[in-house]
Amino acid sequence: MKSLFNYIKEVVYAFVSLAKGLLLTLRYFVTIRKVNITEEYPNNRTTTISVKERFYGEVVLPHDENNEHKCTACTLCQIACPNNSIQIISKQIETEDGKKKRVLDKWVYHLDSCTLCYQCIDACPQDAIEMKNSFELSVYDRTKLIYQLNRPGSKLKEKPTVKEQQS
Amino acid sequence: MISMIEFTDITAWIHSLLLSVMTPTWTYIVELALSGVTALVVLLVCVIIMVYMERKVAGFMQLRWGPNRVGPYGIFQVIADVIKLLLKESFSPNRADKVMFNIAPALALCVSLMALAPISWAPGLTMWDTNIGILFITAISSMGVIGILMAGWSSNNKYSLIGAMRSGAQIVSYELSAGLSIVTAVALAGTLSTTGIIQSQADGWWILKGQIPAIIAFLIYVIASTAECNRAPFDLAEAESELTAGYHTEYAGMQFGIFYLNEYINMAIVSIIASTLFLGGWMPFHLPFDYPVVHTFNYIMDFIPTWMWFFGKMFLIIFFMMWFRWTFPRLRIDQLLKLEWKYLLPISIVNLLFAAVIIVLHWHL
Ligand code: SF4
Ligand code: SF4
Repeated sequence: MKSLFNYIKEVVYAFVSLAKGLLLTLRYFVTIRKVNITEEYPNNRTTTISVKERFYGEVVLPHDENNEHKCTACTLCQIACPNNSIQIISKQIETEDGKKKRVLDKWVYHLDSCTLCYQCIDACPQDAIEMKNSFELSVYDRTKLIYQLNRPGSKLKEKPTVKEQQS
Repeated sequence: MISMIEFTDITAWIHSLLLSVMTPTWTYIVELALSGVTALVVLLVCVIIMVYMERKVAGFMQLRWGPNRVGPYGIFQVIADVIKLLLKESFSPNRADKVMFNIAPALALCVSLMALAPISWAPGLTMWDTNIGILFITAISSMGVIGILMAGWSSNNKYSLIGAMRSGAQIVSYELSAGLSIVTAVALAGTLSTTGIIQSQADGWWILKGQIPAIIAFLIYVIASTAECNRAPFDLAEAESELTAGYHTEYAGMQFGIFYLNEYINMAIVSIIASTLFLGGWMPFHLPFDYPVVHTFNYIMDFIPTWMWFFGKMFLIIFFMMWFRWTFPRLRIDQLLKLEWKYLLPISIVNLLFAAVIIVLHWHL
């Protein structure tokens, strides 16, 4: 008798536990608009998509509103880079007061060989370069992955002199 | 009113039209072909809907959207899949038994399509209105394994063979309890003809009128028929994680497509049978009580056309089967056989006994 009771208990318990699972999936099915966890990537790229600030996507050379950057063409980043991904091409110019000066001509960045190791940014004494969290970097041809980071016509941002700082 | 145009009127009209242009023999042949093609087309449309539904249900139950790229809400995904399958090479391996290997999918499809013959689609719309319809269906549905066994054996591949053998063991066992629950419904209705069974539910479906035994029989039938269709959680014949793809491991292209189609056709047929036996097929929802309110309710229910009831019930049971598939994990082979021989079979025998008592004492409504 006891075994029969156990048998029936087993069957009933099985049905109860199966029903629990069924109810859970039914709840998902009915409330899919709320519980859905899919990132609809190309559609949400302007709305809900979020990539962490600290994500290492590519190296950038920020310019301010006057089209000025902070790179002095010291090539420390180029030396620091373990992959030779940076080429600093500088040129000589003559300032108004007749002095010769070495300024940045092209800041060439090879994203195709960059391992995003952050060493160039650590090496830069001017804090001229930064890591950006961009991630849509794919192109159809790897030659397109070679960027010139300084914008055309941009120039070095003059550091405020001591006098200006005091005033 | 829509239900003024009965399907019988349409068939009678086609019959007289054909008679006016050809001899009776030709009329008979053309009508046979026409009814077969119509049933096939209806079934294929159902399968297309089911494949889309399956993927959406699967997606929703797993917290994702399912297909949503091809066309609005992904409705053209199935068409894209079919085109992909059609364009693929149907490859048969070197060491396979070529003849068997190539006819196995067709045979499997034939067997499952045979079960369509005695199904009553609408009032007066039955391809083969025989008085042993349900018996025929039970006989045919246990043959469905033959295509799978043939495919598994002729592939000359151990995964295929194990899958096929599992499928054989599974169908032999689950056929028993499916058969016993069909017997319960047949005993309640007192007839083996599909039309007769549906008409016996004119004042209420058997699942309501037949008390608890009918409900238990319905549950057991749904479980057993899920197993017979080789669908998860009983998809041991395929068991991707252990057997690659089971009996259709070696199949590619449209030959695989036919097995896939076959699975869905089987599902459709099984749900049509379940709805015929327990939910009254095309019969509208009627309550078996004698009050004025109930009469009004029954009258209102008649306004919904019969084809809507038919396909509504069919897709409801199909939804149940999909719901099972995307909720439960797959059983092990010993658990599968234990479930049948230790639980479903004894329960359905006892249930049949109770049903018999209820019928003899006229306790059913
Ligand atoms: S992140 Fe590393 S690899 Fe990339 S440019 Fe800077 S130093 Fe080179
Ligand atoms: S980015 Fe920084 S380290 Fe590199 S050249 Fe410019 S100033 Fe020097």
